[in-house]
Formats: sequence, structure tokens, C-alpha cells
Amino acid sequence: MAGKQSASLERKKLFGDPVLIITIVLLILFLSLFILYPLANLLVDSVQVKATALYSVSPLVSGEKIVYYREDGSEALNDSDPVYVLLSSPVEGLEDKLFPLYRTTGLFASQAQKKDTAGPLYLKVVNNKDRTVYVNVADLLTVQDTPLTYKQNNRLIKKMDGVDPSEVCVQFNADTWTLDAFPRIFQDYTFNHALRNTLLLGMITGLGSLLIGLLFAYVDVYVHIRSAFTRKLFDVVSMLPVVSPPFVLSLSMILLFGRSGLLTRQILGIYDSDIYGLWGIAIVQTMTFFPVVYLMLKGLLKNIDPSMEEAARDMGASRWKVFMTVTLPLMLPGLGNAFLVTFIESVADFANPMIIGGSYDTLATTIYLRITGGTYDINGASAMTVVLLVLTLALFMIQKYVLEKKTAATLSGKASRARMLIEDKSVRYPLSVFCIMVSVFVVLMYIAVPFGALFKLWGRDYSLSFKWFEQMFREGGWKAFGDSFILSLIASPITALLSMIISYLVVKRKFHGKGFIEFVSMLAMAVPGTVLGVGYIRGFAGGVFRTGFLQGIYGTGLILVIVFVVRSLPVGTRSGISALRQIDKSIEESAYDLGAGSGKVFTSVTLPLIKDSFFSGLVTTFVRSITAISAVILLVTPRYLLITCRINEYAEKGEFGVACAYATVLILITYTAILIMNGVIRRFGTSREIKE
Amino acid sequence: MAQKEKKGVRLDHISKIYQDPKTHQNFYAVKDVSIDIEPGAFITLLGPSGCGKTTTLRMIAGFESPDEGEIYLGGEPINALTPNKRDTAMVFQSYALFPHYNVFDNVAYGLKLRKVPKAEIEKRVTDILKLVELSGMEARMTNQLSGGQQQRVALARALVVEPGVLLFDEPLSNLDAKLRVQMRTEIRRIQQILGITAIYVTHDQSEAMSISDQIILMKGGVIAQMGSPMDIYYHPNSEFVADFIGECNFLKGTVAGVEDDSVTLEVAGHRVKTAAAKAGVGEEREIVLRPEAIQIGREGLLPCKVELSCFMGSYQNYHVRVGDTLVKIADNCPLNKEIFQVGEDAWISFDKACAHLL
Repeated sequence: MAGKQSASLERKKLFGDPVLIITIVLLILFLSLFILYPLANLLVDSVQVKATALYSVSPLVSGEKIVYYREDGSEALNDSDPVYVLLSSPVEGLEDKLFPLYRTTGLFASQAQKKDTAGPLYLKVVNNKDRTVYVNVADLLTVQDTPLTYKQNNRLIKKMDGVDPSEVCVQFNADTWTLDAFPRIFQDYTFNHALRNTLLLGMITGLGSLLIGLLFAYVDVYVHIRSAFTRKLFDVVSMLPVVSPPFVLSLSMILLFGRSGLLTRQILGIYDSDIYGLWGIAIVQTMTFFPVVYLMLKGLLKNIDPSMEEAARDMGASRWKVFMTVTLPLMLPGLGNAFLVTFIESVADFANPMIIGGSYDTLATTIYLRITGGTYDINGASAMTVVLLVLTLALFMIQKYVLEKKTAATLSGKASRARMLIEDKSVRYPLSVFCIMVSVFVVLMYIAVPFGALFKLWGRDYSLSFKWFEQMFREGGWKAFGDSFILSLIASPITALLSMIISYLVVKRKFHGKGFIEFVSMLAMAVPGTVLGVGYIRGFAGGVFRTGFLQGIYGTGLILVIVFVVRSLPVGTRSGISALRQIDKSIEESAYDLGAGSGKVFTSVTLPLIKDSFFSGLVTTFVRSITAISAVILLVTPRYLLITCRINEYAEKGEFGVACAYATVLILITYTAILIMNGVIRRFGTSREIKE
Repeated sequence: MAQKEKKGVRLDHISKIYQDPKTHQNFYAVKDVSIDIEPGAFITLLGPSGCGKTTTLRMIAGFESPDEGEIYLGGEPINALTPNKRDTAMVFQSYALFPHYNVFDNVAYGLKLRKVPKAEIEKRVTDILKLVELSGMEARMTNQLSGGQQQRVALARALVVEPGVLLFDEPLSNLDAKLRVQMRTEIRRIQQILGITAIYVTHDQSEAMSISDQIILMKGGVIAQMGSPMDIYYHPNSEFVADFIGECNFLKGTVAGVEDDSVTLEVAGHRVKTAAAKAGVGEEREIVLRPEAIQIGREGLLPCKVELSCFMGSYQNYHVRVGDTLVKIADNCPLNKEIFQVGEDAWISFDKACAHLL
């Protein structure tokens, strides 16, 4: 009986801790309902063809003796169980079919499967709300105003009065399960194209970001940078993508290089410049994502022990040779990791292809257009989201479970001492000049946005005016800022707390279902916003499992808040987990031992110790939420105006002045939020005194 | 300080099974351990790493659950209780002080949870800090304390809630050697003042001997021997116990005669006597001899050849060869004695009372 007693004792102890058990149950429910369920629903949608078939109930209501059958088609007495009747359909091409009649004396017909040979007979049908219900055969004649769909000659009838019962039909579920949608969408030109576009774009963006990010990291760690200005520039560049909404660069790209672009038309005099398309998106995405690579690789390079490279140098290798034979091979898993992270970001990116993509459609935009564009091919659209989901999930799995582990294995050591920085001018100048140029370019692109909002008419009249801001505030600007601000503000404490609780449970506690919580909360990281958005539409528009449960949240601000929470949860959880791993387990154990219950341990010990992580989670969620677009654009209703959706709208219409005005205010909001966060952490943060 | 009733601890055939993460085979981390601890006793779980001592302690605290058997605290079975519901308090190896609280709040933590009135908290914390000699440090943050002071805070924090039993998980292993000796006397002193039941885990045999009423020596998850420090030192029941508790020599011999007050063995062709023990003539047995119980001289019981002679300050350290066996001798106060040089022939002798037969 190995482990049996301890397992049961652990269970008892768990149940002796109501706070813990309730938290776990609620958490699992939340994660299942808002992450797993919508995704699973999409899977089902992609393989299930929804259909209903009409069958005439005349044999049951004609008043003549009903002929009962067994399942195999032989005749049966009506007391055998279950008993079948043969119904035929008025629709051509549908064969006669045996339908089971259920019996029950239970209060609810839905309990009909509980056998009771004496009870009345029930027929299982689909009602007009698409739900399966059981209807008493005896009621078929007398039912008034029922929720059932009775049809006569395919016309819906509400009441049975004056209708010839023999002509009445009921609807039956005729769902079929098929994988047809997949071959179909793969032959679909638009989709096929979009898939190839997405992969190609991902490759280019991934490689581009990798190259530039690597150069920045190398220069930062290896090359002696003399000027404080360059240092500052590097810091700014690495912080920008955090602060800015994801599509700001697209806007400035159009402003600078578009048809009436400042650089192309005004300075270079090119009038037919076309930046819409693959290269436009690729450049914008590269500029957006390379700082992430830069930060990742910087951390790795710092971990390489300089004496390894010095040994190689000492044995006669040139600097280039050292880089190629020592540094690069050591970093290879890390590079692969960074590449995949960018690749996934690029594949999941919605806003940039939307604004600057032109006719270059990616999976995310194609799905968006399919869903919003009227052709409501549920199977097809669901199958597309499934393809997108599988693609990102596969990449995510490789990244997380293969490359991240390998990276940790090869480069987990600490540098034994400081590195001799490269002073050699022939190396230093070209590299730093390149990096400075890229940085200046990026900064310039960000600066273009506020000016885009301040110039009277971009491309024609470069005098300053507030007219775009005025238009913005006239056309619902205040409401958009209010809605975005409030919804994000509600989402951030929820997310921060939730992610800290998840981190605590994952790092510090042992219980069944822990693997589930960890996996699902990380899963949300790999799910593109578009997929989540579609999943929510399909999953909640008719309520959970189309039962109407939680239908009320669809189209409200609540579902937007939930999307914000789900989208930011993995980020917060990851930072919480790494913060908690640094805290000795026995600190919490000692509180537990001194008499504190789980809730008390969490609030009095754990949370104060990871205060910093909590604060930054708070602000990160706020910033991510207020700049989010891919999922919410599918779910937002006219009741709420969101800044990001407005920017997209105006950019679509070509009114870049207003779009820039929105983006400018948005950047100001996020930047302020981050300033406040840094201030708070500096003022109240505990980690410094703890770490020392 | 008001004394709560002391509680005894009884482990009734306790086992803990773990699964090897690689082979997925179950193995016993603790197997069939039964211990009965009197109220107010200071007992030590001693053993090499991986012997199950810490697991046993964590089962008493409630962090682990036993797979077999029942644990009683003051007569009550506590298997199903969570750690926070058990009347135990633990002092951790890493001290586990709350870094975001100052000394006072650290110590007051358990009292606040018990909803003790504020004035009483103040008094009890002040009293206990006085006892561990930390008066005046209430407002310090824990990272402003030395290792020894942190240790005292951890001790005060556990003591102040007046637990039925106090648990120590290698509390001194992070201190330097000198402080370790000082703190263990301190712990013993405070435990005696308060008369609290204490269970102490350590792998340091000298710590165990100096501090405890009873030592429970564990190996491979089972109890190897249980007894008072002196009992275990002089009457080990196995080679493992003898060797683990201090340095030890083992002389192989054949039993030549059994008397009421002694046993005679033939070792390397010479006859020697040991303390009385159960034995049968003709058996191959081992004599356990502590290095300090052996004398070296020009005459004695067994001839030997000196292989190492080394001045250690308080004693002269010899390695001598008796037959095939290497024997270590600690000859105390070497100043007025004859020092034997390497290569010399000599004799060893010992009192039969100090020779324990295995």
C-alpha cells in the first residue's frame, strides 16, 4: 500500500484548509472556463457540422396504434426499453429513421434516461434555441406556445391549433463530425496564401530581429561604449516596446515612408512609394520585436564566463574565430529560443498586418475578416483558428520544453569575473555606429507619431495645430479613454493577484491539479489573441455549451476584462514564479508551522516578499490591457469604445491624424503608468533589503 | 513565564515511502520507526544525510504525511492535522526569519495569530528576547543581525508560542564552529529552564551527545540504536553506531572463555579480557575500543608496531599495527610520557570495562 495512507492524509490536510481548497477549485474553474473551454470549443466547431433535420411525428399523433421497434429494427412491445419508433422526413433524401422514446416519471424530462417502464414516453428533440430537450409524446398534440420548433411545410408554427397533426414535424439534431473543413481550407486560395504569408513573415521577422538583437546585445556586453548618450539610447530602445502599443510603428512607418511620407515624398521626392505589404510589416515587426531579443541575449551573454573566450584567444584564435567557435555555439540554443519567441509574436501579431499589410493577409487578419466579414463559415473559420493555434502551440512547446531547457543547461553559470571590453576601434566603430543608427531610426519613428497628430495635414501642411486632438475628443475620445482606462484598471489588480496566487501554488504547494494549473496558465501565452477572440465568440455568444449559461457576459465589459486578465496572466505568473523561486521554502513553512493557515501565509508572508513582482504585474497588465487589440477587437461592442480599436478604425479610414492623436495619448498613459510603477517600487519595494 | 502543560510525543510504527524520480521504484525513507518521548525530554535524531531523520521531524511537524503508523502528541493522534493546527514549533536550518518584519514582529507573529492581547504580546516577546539575550534589538531588521543573533530570533519565535513540543532541524549547521558550541549550550540551558519537550535533528555526533537526554541514531530509514549518549558511546550495538559516534577501533578475535564479569578473547595470538557480554566459546567477535581508552607502553596486552606518531596538543596521536589491524590511539597529556617514534615496537593495553564486545 505504498503511499496510500500519506495520500489520504494529504487529502485530509488539504480539505482541512478550506481557503486553499476553495482557491484551487475556483482557479481550476476559471482557467477551464476562460482558457480551455473556448479553445476546445473551437476544436469541436472545426470538426462538427451543425445541422438539424425535420421528421414528421405523424405516426405518434395520428391516433392510430403506434408500431414500436427494437434498435435492430424488429418489432417490439411498447414495454420493452428503450423502445423505438420509425419516423420519416418530408425532406427529400433523408431516409426513415428509428428514434428512441424515453420513459420517466421524474420531474424533469431531462432525467428521461432513468429507466421506468411505467412512465410516459418522451422524444428527444432540438428546440429553437438549439438545445436538446425531451418532450412528452402525449404533449405533442396539446402543446401550446412551446419552446419547440414545430414546422409545417418548413414554416415555423407557434401553436398547434388548427394544424393537421400529421403534417407537424419536429427538429432533430443531425450534427455530423467530419474533418472536411481542413482539406477545404487548405485548398482555399485566401487561406493558403495567408498561411504561407504568415510563415514567410515569421521567418523574416524572426531572423531580422535575431540579427539586430544579437548585434545590440554583443555591443552592449562586449564592446566598450564610451558615451553616456549611447548607453542611454540603448536603454530607451530596450524600453520602448514595453511602453508603446504594438502598432505605433506601423503608423509612423506610413507617416515617414508612405505615399505622402515625410522621408519618401518630402525629402527623397518619391511619389509612388509602397510600403504596404510584406516588407512594410517585416520592418515594423522587426523594429518592434528586436528589443525583446536584445534583452534575452544580453542576459545570456553576460553569463558566458570570459575566461573561456580568453583561453581561446590565448591559444591564437582571432576575435572573429572566438565568436564563431566559442560564443556562438554556446548561445545556439538561446538564439533558437529567441528566434522562436519572435516568430510566435510575429505569427500572432494582428494590428501591424492590419494597418500596414495592405493586400498581404496573414492568418490573424484573414480570420478576423472571415469572422467579421459576413461569410459566416463557422467550420472554415474555426478550422483556420485551429491551424493558427496548432502552429503557435507547436512552436511554443519547442521553445519552452526543448530550447529553454537547453539554454539553461549550457549557460546557467555565472561569469567568474568582469570581461575585458573590446577597445579595438576597427570593431568598436562599425558596430556602435550601426547600433546607434538603428536606435536613432527607432526613436525617430516613435517621435513621428506625436507630430503626426500635431501637423495640420501630413504631406501637405506642416504647421502645428490641435485640430486632430479636437476631432478625437469630439468623436468619442473621452469615452474611449475612459472605457479603456477603467476596464484596464479593473483587470490589472485581478491579474496581478491571480498570477501571484498561481505562482505561490505552483512553487510552494503540492496538490493534485497543480500540473493542470501550471500548464493552462502558460498555455495562454501561446494562444494568439485572434484565436482567443474567436474562441470567446463561439464559446460564449450562446452561453457555455450553448446552454445560455453565462450568456449574459457576452458583449459586456466583463468579457473584455476577462480577456485582459487571461492575456496578461502568463506574463505575471512567469515573473511571480521566478520571484518566488528565490524565496526559501522554509520561510513559509515556519509561518505555517506557527499556526497560520494558507490564506494567512499568503497574505502575511508570501505577498509582502514578492511585492515588487506584484506591483510590476499590476502595471504590466494595465499596459498590456490598454494596448491590447487582437482579441478584444473581435469582442468589443458599440457600448464600449477602446482606444486601440479606435486607432485601427481611423487608420483604416486613412485618418492618420486622429489615429496618431489617440496613439500619442495612449503612449503618455502607459509611460506615466510605468513611471509610477518604478517610483512605487523604489519607494516601497522590499526586495533590496531582503536580497542584501 | 506561565508554563503550559508539557506534552510527550509518540511515534507508532511510522513509515514514509518515496518514489525514486528516475526508476519510479518505491523505497522507504523512514521504515517502522517507533519512539516514545517523555514530556520535557530532549531527544536527538542523529544520523548521516539521507537516513530519514529530517523526514521524521517533518512528519511530526506535519509537512509530510506518514504512509504507515500514527503520530501522537500529548496522547492525541495528529496524523490528519495540518502543520498550523499542531502544537509544535520548529526552528529551521536556514532560520526562515521573515525578512520583511523586524525582530519584534518576527517573534510576535505566532502570538498575533493566536489573537493574544496586545499588551500580553508585548510582555511575552520582551521576556523571551531577554531569555535569548536579544533585549534592545526589537526594532532591528533581521538582515542587520549576525548569524548567531538570527538563530536566537528563530529560537525565540518558536519558544514564545509555548508549543507542546519544540522541533529543531539542524539549527546550528550555518554557524561557525565556535558559535555552534556556544549556541548548543544555550539551547540546552533554555530548554532546561522552560522544561519543554524538544526533538533535535543533527548529523553532528558531538552536538548530539552534548545536548540530549536521549539519542536516536538512524541509518537508511530505520533506528540503528536508541539510548543515552553515554550508553551509545560505550555500548554501541553495531559497527555502524560505534563508528558514527566518535572514532573507533575494531579488534577481531575468537572467544576463548566466558566468565561472569568478563569475556576472554584471543586476538593475534594473545589473550585479552573485555566487559561482560553474551558470547559463546569459539565465536569470531569484534572488540570496540575508543582511541582514548587505549594506553601505549613498553609492556601491555598486545604487541604493536608504530606507523604514525603525531603531536596534537592535548594528546599524542598514534596509528599502530596490531596483527593486520590498524589501531588509532589518543594518548592524553603527552608531556610527561614517553613518545614512541614511527617504526618502534610497543605494546598496547586497555581496561576491560572500556572494551565493548560486538
